[in-house]
Amino acid sequence: MALEQIAEATAMPSEREVQNRLSMVVFSGDMDRLMAAFIIATGAAASGMDVTMFFTFWGLQAIKKQTPTGRSLFGRMLGVFLKDIHGVGPSKMNFGGLGRWMFKKMMKAHNVTSLPELRQLAAELGVRMLACQMSMEVMEIRREDLIDEVQDVVGVATFLEEASRSKITLFI
Amino acid sequence: MEVKADLTLDLKGLLCPMPVVKINQAIKNVPIGGIIEAYATDPGVMADIPAWCRSTGNELVTIEKQDKVIRFVVRRLK
Repeated sequence: MALEQIAEATAMPSEREVQNRLSMVVFSGDMDRLMAAFIIATGAAASGMDVTMFFTFWGLQAIKKQTPTGRSLFGRMLGVFLKDIHGVGPSKMNFGGLGRWMFKKMMKAHNVTSLPELRQLAAELGVRMLACQMSMEVMEIRREDLIDEVQDVVGVATFLEEASRSKITLFI
Repeated sequence: MEVKADLTLDLKGLLCPMPVVKINQAIKNVPIGGIIEAYATDPGVMADIPAWCRSTGNELVTIEKQDKVIRFVVRRLK
């Protein structure tokens, strides 16, 4: 057996299987961070990478419909404050929605692709969008509350499997 | 550099990530060995188009800035 073959045979599976993939956890529900997440995802897909985005906790707002969520009292209270992709505000200087309005104006003035358009583009480019089962349970968000582009509802093991064979992993 | 383009793209006014997304869509519409000529105004293109070519294994024939417009030529290799 040649040395390279021995090295190949004894390599850890993760070392052997690293592919041209990008796996991203989208934890944040802030407009600015979501912009970064979707720009990286679309850019990577356009550069030939297989891209998976895992949306968890506040990040679920990026893939949520505008419909009210929640069953219990607390769940419905939370549902009042959860936004969809059109309603999320920046992580700094939101000032009760003024910042969101200002950022949207400025981005439009500079001809930057909007957040909803970036999400649509991501779907068209084949970016896999997955939702976190556990955070959906906690926040009382059902599959029907998520947009149709979401491919699956999964758990941590699915993310880890994806991440272990990805060249790039990000947490946003 | 004089080349005969199979496709000419107008990317002027577009910002990140759109130039890269558009070139990626356009390259599928030319045959292997085919040439795309594009014009952009986003200064980020100067770094991003060479990076995109390296990532995707396509050839950057030329990239040059004239005033505010960046002209680049890409040859599809795969």
